[in-house]
Amino acid sequence: MTTLTIDGAEITVEPGSTVMQACVQAGKEIPHFCYHDRLSIAGNCRMCLVEMERSPKPIASCAMPAADGMVIRTDTEQVKKAREGVMEFLLINHPLDCPICDQGGECDLQDQAMAYGRHFSRFDEGKRAVRDKDVGPLIETIMTRCIHCTRCIRFADEIAGVEEFGAVFRGEHMEIGTYVEKAVSSELSGNMIDLCPVGALTSKPYAFVARSWELHTTETVDVLDAVGSNIRVDARGTEVLRVVPRLHDEINEEWLSDKSRFAYDGLRRRRLDRCYVRRNGALEAASWAEAFDAISSAAKGLKGDQIAALAGDMADCEAMTALADLMGVLGSPHLDCRQDGAKLDPTSRASYLFNSTIAGIEEADAILLIGTNPRWEASLVNARIRKRWRRGGLKVGVIGPQVDLTYPYHHLGDGPESLATLAKGGHAFADVLKMAERPMLIVGQGALARPDGAAVLAHARAVADASGMVSDGWNGFNVLHSAAARVGGLDLGFVPGEGGRDTAAICEGACEGSIRLLYLLGADELGLARPEDCFVVYQGHHGDAGARIADVILPGAAYTEKHGTYVNLEGRPQRAYPATAPLGEAREDWRILRALSAHLGKPLAYDTLDELRARMVERAPALAAIDEITPAPWGDFGTDGAVDEASFASPIGDFYLTDPITRASATMAECSAAFVSAAEEARADG
Amino acid sequence: MPAIEQTVRSLLLTELAVGLGVTFKQIFKRKATLNYPYEKGMLSPRFRGEHALRRYPNGEERCIACKLCEAICPAQAITIEAEPREDGSRRTTRYDIDMVKCIYCGFCQEACPVDAIVEGPNFEFAAETREELLYNKEKLLDNGDRWEREIAANLSAEAPYR
Repeated sequence: MTTLTIDGAEITVEPGSTVMQACVQAGKEIPHFCYHDRLSIAGNCRMCLVEMERSPKPIASCAMPAADGMVIRTDTEQVKKAREGVMEFLLINHPLDCPICDQGGECDLQDQAMAYGRHFSRFDEGKRAVRDKDVGPLIETIMTRCIHCTRCIRFADEIAGVEEFGAVFRGEHMEIGTYVEKAVSSELSGNMIDLCPVGALTSKPYAFVARSWELHTTETVDVLDAVGSNIRVDARGTEVLRVVPRLHDEINEEWLSDKSRFAYDGLRRRRLDRCYVRRNGALEAASWAEAFDAISSAAKGLKGDQIAALAGDMADCEAMTALADLMGVLGSPHLDCRQDGAKLDPTSRASYLFNSTIAGIEEADAILLIGTNPRWEASLVNARIRKRWRRGGLKVGVIGPQVDLTYPYHHLGDGPESLATLAKGGHAFADVLKMAERPMLIVGQGALARPDGAAVLAHARAVADASGMVSDGWNGFNVLHSAAARVGGLDLGFVPGEGGRDTAAICEGACEGSIRLLYLLGADELGLARPEDCFVVYQGHHGDAGARIADVILPGAAYTEKHGTYVNLEGRPQRAYPATAPLGEAREDWRILRALSAHLGKPLAYDTLDELRARMVERAPALAAIDEITPAPWGDFGTDGAVDEASFASPIGDFYLTDPITRASATMAECSAAFVSAAEEARADG
Repeated sequence: MPAIEQTVRSLLLTELAVGLGVTFKQIFKRKATLNYPYEKGMLSPRFRGEHALRRYPNGEERCIACKLCEAICPAQAITIEAEPREDGSRRTTRYDIDMVKCIYCGFCQEACPVDAIVEGPNFEFAAETREELLYNKEKLLDNGDRWEREIAANLSAEAPYR
């Protein structure tokens, strides 16, 4: 431990801390621009100057390691003068266009100029102007405002793993940019907007839309992937205007993927805001009573065996509980939450969780990725792997598609056969896993959502057992989900009951007529054509694939509009809170199901959210501990069997278009065109 | 003694005579009343009347949608919506003032960094219906064009004190 004196008080800090960290620990506020906790130290803004005994000039506290016996002063006249001087230099070339700057009101430079700057300018000369760069459809650049803190460069290099940003020229002519003008092709690029301490990088979709003080904020969780990133939804009136990340060290740290950040404009388009009933082949607007009447007349006389329900990728646990209970009282065993048909085993919780936890990735020393592209399926999990890789000593093996993961890896093969070989120890990487202290493997949905998925799961388990991945205090077996509702659905037992059909069999039954009533709770990814003899009820918030085949549409609420519980891929239940009211006549999903059950004459046994949540916890005790992971015991799972030769493919064809919300988003469409389609064209051209 | 004095005054009507004397004196003084609306009084350059949105001499609207007036408005009478204009500049798509809510405090013109929203010298904008007092951007810009000469004169008169 290091002991030093700050402003006359002694403080003891961890060895390796910087003077700034020591000052912060001592409760002193040190102004800074370039320093950031999660990035390397640059020391180029000079705002954090403090006075050190026996040093002839002030030192940059962010870059100076704390040492025993240092005497630091942060409150002297010299420090104040130094800060004012640095602020004056920074403002020499910074335009005073705060009124038209989107950062205005939440700008580090603005705030610190108020606190540490002079209140007048001595500068009469002309300011420099810099040409703006075009870095894609997400980030607006106004480079004249740049103060060259280089946070964006360091973020791109270190966290995002795309070495595209840099500084060219020197001194006053220094410019940040991509040199050859191109879009920043990172799925984490939006974080640069948060990092930028001034208004040089701002959000393009949010340009000039609102001021920070107009917005009301709601702290909730993201559901566009299974990571369960903590987000803050900023809304004005009934519109969501912005989504930004919230700090959660064990999940998303302080980052957010571009999809989760920018897909919010999809919440305004293609929305279902009223009921529809199909009459004479066409969907017509209807009232709630008419819609419920249509459902109850379709359900009349049906046996439980002829009714089925499927839950989609963004269903909340409350709605799934209500729907599962409703299916129970209707006597139907046919329900499934795995709409991609993944062969996940609901009986053993360890078989479908990310057991190592996301923060646990940082302890791993060998990682095997099976049939997954974590960069697209769970960008922040990939960012964690990269973070671990940067520390050194990590070996990564990949079985599946060869894509740029932002860190190097050994490609071991394309399909299940390579996995089988590895399980038998027939590959050099098997020794790597065996020698590793904390080995882990990550199985993606691309490896499980296929006919031989159960056998692949068994092989993966064999690899885990063979290389000693499961030991006391460490479970290296991980399943990577891409749908926010999946773990919750499996925890709640939203899976076929005794003699029940799974997703594929339900779809087949609906087409051939043995299933007469199909209830889709936001299930849009089935690829199902409208069945002739089956009455389809779609409850959801977007007019997407599911609504197209429906006979009755019930308008539900999107994730920013309801109280919900979502379980992320680690098995961590988190609460979502409404930022706005549901659109039009839409209602919270569990309320719709509760009302429908009463209309069908079989009312569910709960009237309030608390009662429903009690029932939910009864079904899945793990959901009681909010924001805590209940470790799952290692059990038997997977079915040995033949695997076919087909290579693994990622379940996500296009990172930016994966669900009804992103498909309705204009920003996501632009991103898809700019990044995914452009990359495909480039590949096609060779 | 006071009783006698009181009685004498009452009988001789001296109070009345003094009062009529005042009236008589006023006949020869300048009139204090104005024949409104044909005659109008002096207005201070600081008078805060009807709002107007100004333009630059080249016709470009001054307002840059910074929303400071909206933020400072104590009556929350101002509503602004903005988006990038075709040329990429920051402009309002909506600038509404509810003149019924407005308390004419002048904070909006104090907050404005570009002297776009001002309270001009016009106070004669009474209307028959409430709706007529819900001003939109068009109306405010029109006011600006109409009153620009007076507003500019007032602003320049006030410039030394701001």
